[in-house]
Amino acid sequence: MWLAIFSLTLLGTLLGLALGLAAKRFHVEASSIVAEIEALMPGSNCGQCGFAGCPRAAAAIADGSAPVTVCPPGGKALAQMLAARLGISIDLTSVADEGPQIAIVAEDICIGCCRCSKVCPTDAIVGAAKQIHNVIREACTGCGNCIDRCPTEALLLQPLPVTVQHWVWPKPATVVIALAV
Amino acid sequence: MGIFEKIFRHHPPWGVHPDDHKLPAANAPLRSLPLPALLYVPMQQHVGSPARPVVLVGQHVLKGQLIAEAQGNVSAPVHAPTSGRISAIGEVTAPHPSGLAQLAITIAADGADTWCERLPVDDPFALAPEEIARRTAAAGVVGLGGATFPAAVKFNLGRRLKVNTLIVNGGECEPYLSSDDRIMRDRAAEVVDGLRIVMYAIGAREALVGIEDNKPQAIAAMRVAAAAFGNVQVRPVPARYPMGSDKQLIQTLTGKEVPADARAAEVGVLVHNVSTCAAVHRALRRGEPLVERIVTLNGGALTRPGNLLAPIGTPVVDLLRFAGVSGRPARLVLGGPMMGIVLPHARVPIVKGASGILAFDAAEAHVAEAGPCIRCGSCTRACPMGLLPLEMASRIGADDLAGAAGFGLSDCIGCGCCAYVCPSHIPLVQYFSYAKGELSARERSKLRNDATRRLAEERVARLEREAREKAAAAARRKAERDAAKAAAGAAARPLPVRIVKPASEAAT
Repeated sequence: MWLAIFSLTLLGTLLGLALGLAAKRFHVEASSIVAEIEALMPGSNCGQCGFAGCPRAAAAIADGSAPVTVCPPGGKALAQMLAARLGISIDLTSVADEGPQIAIVAEDICIGCCRCSKVCPTDAIVGAAKQIHNVIREACTGCGNCIDRCPTEALLLQPLPVTVQHWVWPKPATVVIALAV
Repeated sequence: MGIFEKIFRHHPPWGVHPDDHKLPAANAPLRSLPLPALLYVPMQQHVGSPARPVVLVGQHVLKGQLIAEAQGNVSAPVHAPTSGRISAIGEVTAPHPSGLAQLAITIAADGADTWCERLPVDDPFALAPEEIARRTAAAGVVGLGGATFPAAVKFNLGRRLKVNTLIVNGGECEPYLSSDDRIMRDRAAEVVDGLRIVMYAIGAREALVGIEDNKPQAIAAMRVAAAAFGNVQVRPVPARYPMGSDKQLIQTLTGKEVPADARAAEVGVLVHNVSTCAAVHRALRRGEPLVERIVTLNGGALTRPGNLLAPIGTPVVDLLRFAGVSGRPARLVLGGPMMGIVLPHARVPIVKGASGILAFDAAEAHVAEAGPCIRCGSCTRACPMGLLPLEMASRIGADDLAGAAGFGLSDCIGCGCCAYVCPSHIPLVQYFSYAKGELSARERSKLRNDATRRLAEERVARLEREAREKAAAAARRKAERDAAKAAAGAAARPLPVRIVKPASEAAT
């Protein structure tokens, strides 16, 4: 019996060592780009891009199957950061940044069922059972997950109104300016 | 002094010298506008967060009564400009280039113009500097030169950074405007007393009053008023646009250059406008909040140009009617022609920072069509900040905002010298305003994404915690049930004894 125990222990130790060494020796460096892109994304897993959450979208952007402009809540800022990270140039004018949208609750038909607040990725909907719900404007990303959940169609997506504080001068009409090279 | 002035006669290497158009409006005596029937007082008349209304519709208010309180660190309260009834709290067109709506309190004047109780101070120099800053803040005094930065915030900044020199800005370099000129001529004693209070509040040892040499009467009046005070010097500066910009005035008067991305206080000086000083005098000596200001009415479309003392919130249309409009003005501008904003219509109220209303005739409002850049470099010579406007504009035109930022876009003060001298009439300032706005919008959206990520992470943490708590509660209930069952079993059949785990242990 001792011989069997000894031989098996020896065999296990040697094989373990061999495997450990092989893991060190033939280590394959995993691409860190996916993780980096994922860190840049909003992380709310809202699904507006058509992928199942931000990690999948990050993987798709990294392997080139999705454009960097895929994330609507990220907008131009995210597209630019991703382009800079991936070292590609993008034409930001084509980004359909129709402005941020937010969900609003039509208070007269909200029945207080709490279904919407369960699916909100940023906990932006407040309200208890049988109480009128409301959306915290600062926290809403306009992902639209709650819209289909509402049994009374009390939730609507509306563009965030442009205020004096957020208004931006328009770009001057096309004037030919010689670009210095 | 003579040699000093001679040296400064050489105009600085930057800037432009537009035809100043200040006369005859500057020489017309100051008039008071008859009280308008309705006043629209906007909640955002300053840099920072808008004020929050503290009155209700239908309420009767007295002149000088607080109607909206400051919110946050950088903000200013708003006071009733006359006595009357609050007839509405709603949106009116903002005096802003966007022409968007903004929250305002509408007051139907009762005509009596009754003041609320005022708390004047006989000797402001007996108060603590902090108390002066507090009273200035409570009176809603903001920078009246146009920047509308809350004055008290600047006092506290100056005291913290141990500012030695107060620079009083009487430059008024914008063509057409003469409201600061008028206040120096008519209320020089108030200005000097106000600036001495400001000096005391920020702990400055000397004050330099910079006045452009195209205002000889103002210089003379200020010299007389300041003669009794050795630490207040009136210094004429060459008339050169944009001399009234703080960085340029500091450099001309003290030789110090404010570094990029730094504030004037960091080089030991603080700049306040002459009208702001007069407002500080009124806030302290008379206990009157900022509810009126001098507005220059000027432009080719007016028959009686001049300076008017008008309550804050007066619709521009009332001012124009008083100044007599001949025909239809081709363009209405709030502020100066170089940095002012075009008003969409005349039903816009004036605000604390409204130094002038200009009604241009067709010739003055003419805008030449823009052509291609010929790379003549005129703009680089005109730029008072030493930037390269042509390089920045070409990059912004090609949507390379980061490239433009690399050329010092954030140092651009938007004075308009480059666009003024451009022989191709390229709207350079609009390029820079667009780029600055777009960059800050991207910055905001980045902050928003960070906030979203944090919220999403917090939600995941919350769901995990809830799941954990639910499992713990379920385990506890199960343990209690088992214990109850065991106790019932034990009561029926005393032996053998089962050891039951305590509930707390089961829950862990």
